[in-house]
Amino acid sequence: MYKFLLCWRYLRTRWIALASIISVTLGVATMIVVNAVMAGFTQEMQDRIRGILSDVSFEARSFNGFRDPAYHMREIEKLVGDDIEVMTPTVTVPAMLSFQLHGEWNTRPVQLVGIPRDAMQYASKFRQYLQHPKHREQFRFELQESGYDVRDHHGGEEAALRVRMEMAGMVHRRNMIEYRRQWEQRLAAQDSPQGELPAKKGGSAASEDAVADPFAAQVSNPFDMADRAADPFAARNDDTQADPAAPLTGCVLGIGLASYRHNGAEHFLVLPGDDIQLTFPTAGTPPKAVSDSFTVVDLYESKMTEYDSSFIFVPLDKLQELRGMFDRESGTTFVTSIQIKLKDDSRGSIVRDKLMEAFPPQFYSVSTWRDKQGPLLAAVEMETAILNMLLFLIIAVAGFGILAIFFMIVVEKTKDIGILKSLGAHGSGIMGIFLSYGLSLGIVGAGAGMVLGLLFVHYINEIRVWLGNLTGQMVFDPSIYYFYEIPTSVNPWTVAWIVAGALAIAVAASVMPALRAARLHPVEALRYE
Amino acid sequence: MSKHRTASPAGPHGPTVAPLRSQANDGAGSPAHAAATTTAMAATHRTRPSTAPNQVAGSSVSSEALLQAINLRKTYRKGKHEVPVLRGVDLEVRPGELMAVIGQSGSGKSTLLHLLATLDRPDDGEIWFNGQRIDNASTRQRDRLRNRQLGMIFQFYHLLPELTALENVLAPLMITHGYLSYRVQRRRLVERAKTLLETVGLAERLHHRPRELSGGEMQRAAIARALITEPQILLADEPTGNLDGRTGQGIMELLRSLNSQSNLTIVMVTHDSAIASQADRVVQLVDGQVSGS
Repeated sequence: MYKFLLCWRYLRTRWIALASIISVTLGVATMIVVNAVMAGFTQEMQDRIRGILSDVSFEARSFNGFRDPAYHMREIEKLVGDDIEVMTPTVTVPAMLSFQLHGEWNTRPVQLVGIPRDAMQYASKFRQYLQHPKHREQFRFELQESGYDVRDHHGGEEAALRVRMEMAGMVHRRNMIEYRRQWEQRLAAQDSPQGELPAKKGGSAASEDAVADPFAAQVSNPFDMADRAADPFAARNDDTQADPAAPLTGCVLGIGLASYRHNGAEHFLVLPGDDIQLTFPTAGTPPKAVSDSFTVVDLYESKMTEYDSSFIFVPLDKLQELRGMFDRESGTTFVTSIQIKLKDDSRGSIVRDKLMEAFPPQFYSVSTWRDKQGPLLAAVEMETAILNMLLFLIIAVAGFGILAIFFMIVVEKTKDIGILKSLGAHGSGIMGIFLSYGLSLGIVGAGAGMVLGLLFVHYINEIRVWLGNLTGQMVFDPSIYYFYEIPTSVNPWTVAWIVAGALAIAVAASVMPALRAARLHPVEALRYE
Repeated sequence: MSKHRTASPAGPHGPTVAPLRSQANDGAGSPAHAAATTTAMAATHRTRPSTAPNQVAGSSVSSEALLQAINLRKTYRKGKHEVPVLRGVDLEVRPGELMAVIGQSGSGKSTLLHLLATLDRPDDGEIWFNGQRIDNASTRQRDRLRNRQLGMIFQFYHLLPELTALENVLAPLMITHGYLSYRVQRRRLVERAKTLLETVGLAERLHHRPRELSGGEMQRAAIARALITEPQILLADEPTGNLDGRTGQGIMELLRSLNSQSNLTIVMVTHDSAIASQADRVVQLVDGQVSGS
């Protein structure tokens, strides 16, 4: 009984001990905040990765793909049908993207992905990343008249304005055609000697034209037309060449391919409504390069730069046709992969292992989205672990503070310890006083740290805004991190572990002084002045 | 008995005094201990079953003594110098007596009291309490003994500064009882402490901290604390040493009335012969030995 009474009295009369606990409080609070932010970041990143990657992808090792996806899907269904929600055949092939910028051809390496025209079944969030509100409801590779988002729809009011997206769509396409027609007329006029001056004047006026940028992507030049005429499939399908404004086959560009970022805002090189040219190998042997023109019908923004700047989505049937991935006689097609969406994502590795066992590994590879992004996820995990270690060291340092203050208190209380022993208190009881003292301080420190940390996490975005207003500096610039709000996720178990760890350190730090107190010789302690 | 350097077979308790101490109970093994033991063993090399709870006939342990010290030796060691403080003290305290041990500073009277109170262990010799040998008992047994059967007061009162007078008096009971058992009996125990504080004249000072009390009041609170467990014996170390004459006399009168009315056995250590003269019996300690009683 006396242990608790004395422990309580010592707590109430020695506020200096609380000073030693402040570092524990700060350490616990920081650990909770860091873990919450890192977990939030990881979760957000996984969400983004999964927005583009399916849970499990079943891929051919060859670019030529494998025959008869329907057959493969039946086989997969037989093996792991219970876990599967939906399967989508796709074709993925490396390609070159070309578009005209300021009259120059601009060429970039990309990954071309052919997906079914309804695009319903592809990765869960794919449509959420598109820029036209109608496309987010239903997407069929069709160009909209206008109405593309002028702000990032994930960012709300805070997102920077994308002025040029306002004119994207069919409107832009018609404007461009009209502009080019005028431009060609002027060129023609320029060729004749008497049209020299007006043409020059007209050219400079046009370059400052706000409605239609003369240097924006323009594809319908003589070379492009020649290419398309040379392509037998394009020629066969293009019945609408009579109307120059009619869109070609649709495609979706990653926003990183269509724009560049400067001063925190996107500057568009290609808008929905523009045409681009894609060149990729055929499925035959040896592969030959095939080119075709597509109309950009939308842009997608998953905020994973890696994907946003490399993927282009086109209709699967068009890509199969262009690459010759079909067998005329049997009517079967080829695909390079089957994307599998699971009912329960956590069973991904089980499904992967079953499939790997059943299909010959020299022809097929099976991987989960985690496998594909393994190094990135592992890096984030590593970062979290190192941060935790460092922060825990801070709490450990706080432990030494407690140790020092406790030694001081034990020395100060030497006489009282002697008195208690003379009254018959056992060494273990004396030790109990100081251990429960340490535990109480730990509870106060870790408890305050927990409350502080959780409050900080809860109001982290308010704090960010407030700090930004205070210092005039964006604390967490969304244009750099692609986050409009700092993502956080509090895991109760993590919090529990942190608090338990801090308590353990506080108690461990008080063990040595408590032992010393317990072992004091009563006579010497009584004589102590 | 005059100054013998070592335990003498001719001592008042005869040759049965056992210099051989139980090694099991004296595991501390300090150099001072070892040295003292060696000296003692060289002098009288006799053995006796030291663990026997009751002494057989012919032993030196007096059956009527409440507390008895036999040939107590204690040496302190400072650096290379050994300072013998007690050189074979024999003492017998009978139930109900008020006994004073008088001696000059450094005569070892406080050390003797600490040994009697089991706060320290003798290098050699025995202490018997109620027919039990206590000098070699286990730490836990000695803690229990101090808590329940011995009361102690000190020159500097030694109250706990964080606790009120009432809580200080209750402290031994809090040590006796665990948390729950104390909670259950709290009302009764507090009543007892209050009554005791009234007896010593501190009815008005129950909730005062020690620093708000005068020296005499603190000593009265200390006496109440010593008596709360209803001990059989009260050991007082210079109880009036830090008080002026009148206050000291007041404390002495309190001790005397406790002795006469409650038949409380009191052993008091003092250097003041005026105080000592009020005792039933005075033992003089000179150079670590008893000189006449």
